[in-house]
Amino acid sequence: MAEVVLHGIAKTFGDTVAVDDLSLTIRDGEFVVLLGPTGAGKTTTLRLIAGLERPDCGRVTIAGRDVGRQSPAERDVAFVFQQYSLYPHLSVYDNLAFPLRSPARRLGVEEIDRRVREVARMVRIEHKLQNRSTRLSGGEMQRVAIGRALVRRPAIYLMDEPLSSLDAKLRAELRLELKRIQKELGSTLLYVTHDQIEAMTMADRIGILSEGRLVQIGTPREIYADPANLHVAARLGQPHINLLPIDLLPGAAVPSGALTIGARTEHLEIATSAQGNAEVDWIEHLGDQNHLHIRVRGHKLVTLADPYLSIKPGDRINLTLRQPLYFGPDGERLR
Amino acid sequence: MSSVNTAAHSVVEPTPTAKRIAGTIVILYALVTMIPLAWIFLTSIKSPPDSISYPPKVVFTPTLEGFCNLFTTRTRQTPDYIQALPPPTGTCDEITRGRNMVIAGPSNYWPRFGNSLLIAFGSTFLAVSLGTLAAYGFSRFRVPLADDLLFFILSTRMMPPIAVAIPIYLMYRQFGLSDTALGMILLYTAVNVSLAVWLLKGFIDEIPREYEEAAMIDGYTRLQAFWKVVLPQATTGIAATAIFCLIFAWNEYAFAVLLTSGSAQTAPPFIPTIIGEGGQDWPAVAAGTTIFLVPILVFTIILRKQLLRGITFGAVRK
Repeated sequence: MAEVVLHGIAKTFGDTVAVDDLSLTIRDGEFVVLLGPTGAGKTTTLRLIAGLERPDCGRVTIAGRDVGRQSPAERDVAFVFQQYSLYPHLSVYDNLAFPLRSPARRLGVEEIDRRVREVARMVRIEHKLQNRSTRLSGGEMQRVAIGRALVRRPAIYLMDEPLSSLDAKLRAELRLELKRIQKELGSTLLYVTHDQIEAMTMADRIGILSEGRLVQIGTPREIYADPANLHVAARLGQPHINLLPIDLLPGAAVPSGALTIGARTEHLEIATSAQGNAEVDWIEHLGDQNHLHIRVRGHKLVTLADPYLSIKPGDRINLTLRQPLYFGPDGERLR
Repeated sequence: MSSVNTAAHSVVEPTPTAKRIAGTIVILYALVTMIPLAWIFLTSIKSPPDSISYPPKVVFTPTLEGFCNLFTTRTRQTPDYIQALPPPTGTCDEITRGRNMVIAGPSNYWPRFGNSLLIAFGSTFLAVSLGTLAAYGFSRFRVPLADDLLFFILSTRMMPPIAVAIPIYLMYRQFGLSDTALGMILLYTAVNVSLAVWLLKGFIDEIPREYEEAAMIDGYTRLQAFWKVVLPQATTGIAATAIFCLIFAWNEYAFAVLLTSGSAQTAPPFIPTIIGEGGQDWPAVAAGTTIFLVPILVFTIILRKQLLRGITFGAVRK
């Protein structure tokens, strides 16, 4: 395990800027999640660290050594791809053993066997070791793919949306397992996703990427509660943050220059009132909670509500802001 | 008990009737295409008079005379001379003496057949090896002017190869490559490599590059990753390409006639030159052709599975 540092790296493909002056330190033993929409440069960042791409400028250091001229094999990283993760012509066992049999390592047969079985147990696939890798379910394949990374003890694990092709239940399971394994091994891990739940639940720190730039990095709590700008605020929160003009609702202490108010569920106080300033448009019953669709003078808001709150579509309610987020005309946060 | 046939059948699955009709058509077509082959085989076990009788004989006494004549050269002798010989040593000896001839020695068929094997398999191996490497390069690296290069490679196929026969003949004479196995291997490789590059590029394009990238991160060099990960997955394409190349090199006639005459001559130009007494020895020609078909048949049967998947490749995407 080691510290990995990116110093102002940039990468363009033709006219497209994939990564733009990105600096990032992943501390030893830290789980960092890069969160961003498609095309934000997340995967390219991983590939630059792995050595599958060469940066146009900037440096990558792993455990203090500049790896700029090293091949992927020399960099001592492990990579889990989003898909096509297993060698289809090999069995599960051989897939797991593949990195250990590489000329770069050349471990003994017994040592390989011991480590393959240990990892198979860890990712709970030991009963399928002799199966052809193409004969597995999606979840099993991805577990093997993660196992193939874990079978080594590299400087850093790089994971590119490893759970995105799985169904929701499996995703939740593997999320927990991955976090457990990472803690157990004390591994350094850089994980890329566009799923905010994965980011919030697993990360020690989240980095928000937008158009190849690192917009903000911090603990999940910081990123959620204290976003640097509109873009970051919009990445997190379910339902999506409501963006309102500053004079729409009462209760705001608007700083000068603010143009937009960002209000999540926790920033909105609901009181039933026949003379209220808002009208309930629609209620989505999710079971444990309700999504309330509200209309205020032509603006639509979505917020969560207690399922026991006795309101129905058409009712009037009173909405008040409670310490919402303020954003200037350029989208930057105003405090 | 009778069941009313109202059960809904699958939309994609053909009905039993449709399957029967399709099956009948395929069998009929197969029979039609196999008639010439059957005729060649039957001719090979006819006697020379039977082979040229009119109307053609379908019922006849089979004989190995054609095969004997294919493998041997014979000289005519007087009956007295033959009477004076010790008893015949084998079937062919006996048949030959029955025609008032004795076996003078082996014919050139097996050496020519050996040349065909060496040249066809040699050039196929080279074409497929070079083609695989080139296709991998075109598929994975940013080759300057890749499209133009690929077009150029294909353009060597845009005219019949025989159109360049004269320049090649002169060139080969200059370099001492005429009538050598090496010369023929190089020539067939050159013709086949364009086909191999194009076919294999398609196959390799379909193999996601993540596999090699994973292998490279797992501690392998690119060449090792190519060997361990790409090649095993390209076997289908390689097998299909190899069969196409082999069939071309095995059957090629025009260049073989022009560029080989002696020691490097292949079977196709040799077979029609088998002359019996008083004209073409058709049973011997047919026997030579029958044996000539065997290697391709065996090779195709061995690679049948890959070939089928290879030919339908691209029609069904995973």
